[in-house]
Amino acid sequence: MTMPLSRSPAGPASRDDAEWQLQRSQADVVAAGAALDVSALPSFGFSHRSLMWWGTAGMMGIEGSVFALAAVMLLYLRMHAPVWPLSTLPPALMWGTLNTVVMLTSAVPNHWTKKSAEKLDLRRTRLGMLACLVWAAAFLVIRWMEFENLHCRWDDDAYGSIVWLLMGLHTVHLLTDFGDSFVLAALLFQKPLPARRFVDVSESAVYWYFVVLAWVPIYGLVYLLPQPWQAG
Amino acid sequence: MNETELTRTNAVPPTAADAAALERTWRDPPGLLGWFCAINHKAIGQRYIVSTFVFFVAAGALALLMRIQLARPNHGLIGPDLYNQLFTVHGTTMMFLFAVPVMQAVAIWLLPPMLGARSIAFPRLNAYAYWIYLFGALMLFVALLLNVGPDNGWFSYVPLAGPDYGPGKRADIWAQMITFSEMSGLVSAVVLIVTILKLRAPGMTLNRMPLFAWAMLVTSLMVMFAMPSVMLASTALIMDRLVGTHFYNPAEGGDVLLWQHLFWFFGHPEVYFIFVPALGFMSHIIATFSRRPVFGYTAMVLALVATGFMSFGLWVHHMFATNLPEVGKAFFTAMSLAIALPSALQIFCWLATLATGKLWLRTPLLFVLAFFFVLVLGGLSGVMLGMVPLDLQVHDTYFVVAHLHYVLIGGAVFPLFGAIYYWFPKITGRMMSESLGRWNFWLFFVGFNLTFFPMHLLGLHGMPRRVYTYPPGMGWEGMNLLATAGAFTIAASALLFVANVWRSARHGEVAGANPWNAGTLEWATASPPPAANFDAPPVVHGREPLWQASEEPVQVAGLAINQREVLVTTVVEARPDHRVIFPTPSPWPFVAAVATTVLFIASIFTPWAVVWGSIPLVIVLIAWFWPTREQSRQEMLLERSP
Repeated sequence: MTMPLSRSPAGPASRDDAEWQLQRSQADVVAAGAALDVSALPSFGFSHRSLMWWGTAGMMGIEGSVFALAAVMLLYLRMHAPVWPLSTLPPALMWGTLNTVVMLTSAVPNHWTKKSAEKLDLRRTRLGMLACLVWAAAFLVIRWMEFENLHCRWDDDAYGSIVWLLMGLHTVHLLTDFGDSFVLAALLFQKPLPARRFVDVSESAVYWYFVVLAWVPIYGLVYLLPQPWQAG
Repeated sequence: MNETELTRTNAVPPTAADAAALERTWRDPPGLLGWFCAINHKAIGQRYIVSTFVFFVAAGALALLMRIQLARPNHGLIGPDLYNQLFTVHGTTMMFLFAVPVMQAVAIWLLPPMLGARSIAFPRLNAYAYWIYLFGALMLFVALLLNVGPDNGWFSYVPLAGPDYGPGKRADIWAQMITFSEMSGLVSAVVLIVTILKLRAPGMTLNRMPLFAWAMLVTSLMVMFAMPSVMLASTALIMDRLVGTHFYNPAEGGDVLLWQHLFWFFGHPEVYFIFVPALGFMSHIIATFSRRPVFGYTAMVLALVATGFMSFGLWVHHMFATNLPEVGKAFFTAMSLAIALPSALQIFCWLATLATGKLWLRTPLLFVLAFFFVLVLGGLSGVMLGMVPLDLQVHDTYFVVAHLHYVLIGGAVFPLFGAIYYWFPKITGRMMSESLGRWNFWLFFVGFNLTFFPMHLLGLHGMPRRVYTYPPGMGWEGMNLLATAGAFTIAASALLFVANVWRSARHGEVAGANPWNAGTLEWATASPPPAANFDAPPVVHGREPLWQASEEPVQVAGLAINQREVLVTTVVEARPDHRVIFPTPSPWPFVAAVATTVLFIASIFTPWAVVWGSIPLVIVLIAWFWPTREQSRQEMLLERSP
């Protein structure tokens, strides 16, 4: 199968091969002659070691693009508008601001849950997930009040359309995050419980941060930009 | 089954008994029900490739109908309404249901063995993406058969596609087809990125990664950032039509050019989703048939990455005929010319490879050589179109039709055919017929130029695109007839290709593991590969592992053979990092795709479908991800903490 070559391949020489086996920090991999024995390697890993982390990062990349493009749509429509909002009142600040505060404080239980999961502490992880669910339920209830106080409908004009689009997009994320956390929390009470479930909890916490952080610019665009003091 | 049985690992070197056990562990279940449960990337990839080619042939048949209609002036075969549907469905299918997905489909089949992996990442999600693609594509063709095929062109401009000028459901069908195909494309992109970054064989550092994997990495990242734009645009369009939003309605503060910006912010990178994977095919075929590694590996990789970035700075060159500021247009002219540089760099590296190699002129190489001729012509007309004054003259004429077919067919379809001839033996275990292949190639090459070269002249002579007929005496008759003759030549060539695939899959010469004496990993395993791709996962020591003297260690040991255990490696250095159990075959991806399809199609008719349609979908998704007790128990047997 190996083919003699008249020219040497352009690739680097394999001098560093022995090195990378020796340098491995865990020294878990044993090179026994013809084979590289990986049986002693761990069966899970947190953060960027795990496949789920990369899958979640991909989803965040896609959804982050959606949010960014929707934000650009809003700014584009506003650029072409004589006044903003076009024909309605700006939204009431209270509920949106309250939800921003609640979302930002959710970082506390979220962080605690993530750390507990990474220590494989089942009791604390369960507690943390339940706390996160309480916060998530609070977001959704307040979000309902936000929609009630936007002072516009999606079919009033282009302003209403883009405001509802941004709010709708973000609310879908709150709903899916709530659903996802609910299922994960339920799985934590299942037996037997593979350690990989802790990795799932940790990745889910990263996604939670994403949903909360994505809200901050949307809050600015939906709530602050149309206020009368911005018009001057 | 006792505990030692459960944790049995692969031996060194692999034994026949181990290989048989692996096959039992990794194969998809048999039978009709098993067919719907399949998640092996080779099964899904093969179905995906076949499906995309079926839609390629279907969209080609629509093109043939259009060419028959245009063969002579005032031809009455096809009326304007049907003609509008034909060119819209032709373009939509070729772009969204053939060219982009076929590249992902080939990658889904090919990347795991090329990277030395047992499986693709997230195999169930991968199966789901395929089913979503298939259902969306079927929806479009069913709509065409029911005379509700979209009729606003493949880029579905507003206000023509908006609620005021596009009554009925045609534009909604188009918008929802986008939702299906882009959702599938986005999911596949994530699956491919994670496979490329985390499942490479130990030792396959980024610096040793095959160029096709690099091309797919760049493409998938582009997909991630560009496809959301068209999904958002088409969602806004369907909302304008169904629930009365005003995104594109100037009377209520909306803007029609917003559509063009969003569409082309996706649409221009889309051309590169098609072109960049083809550049990957080129590099592999050229290396193998020149019998040497590609010249300038690092430059090639950097050129791919540069192309990926620059493709996001070109979209306005599709909008030169709009009232945008001239200074802005000048920037996009400059970018349109600048992106020729990384492509030219790759072309020169390939020429250097070909010039210093020992050429073996087989069908795959023929298709690749045609690329140089056809793509360079397409690139040159592209440079012409990049200039605002010339663009304004030939905008919406057949010159643009000629240009885009030279670029897309020359840049992607020729290399794709080469790739099918090249990897067919790996997929089926049999060679394609070389003599039929040569007929296939020459008919395609001649037919292609006969069809599309006259269109340059037709465009310069003022023939607009998207007209269902033209009066006599315009001086267009001869060239139109020639183009129609060319289209029939292409059809004959496509028939030969199908015949060749059909015959070769059954009676072709048996290929063996490495019929072309190629250097990359997929050729190290049997043709077709076993369910787990390799009896023992390989360890890599260079860029062309099969062209190098064997070095130790040659294989990975210690992975379970009666569990779907996979080795995960680090992103840059591909050091062994941890082992992970992969999911088993399941009907849930198929069922979830059906639930998603119900939601998408019903929402064309009532917006409430988004609410009630999500209930079954949520239930199915929970069932999909809910682990059984037995799965958890088996996973824990192999568990080891970091």
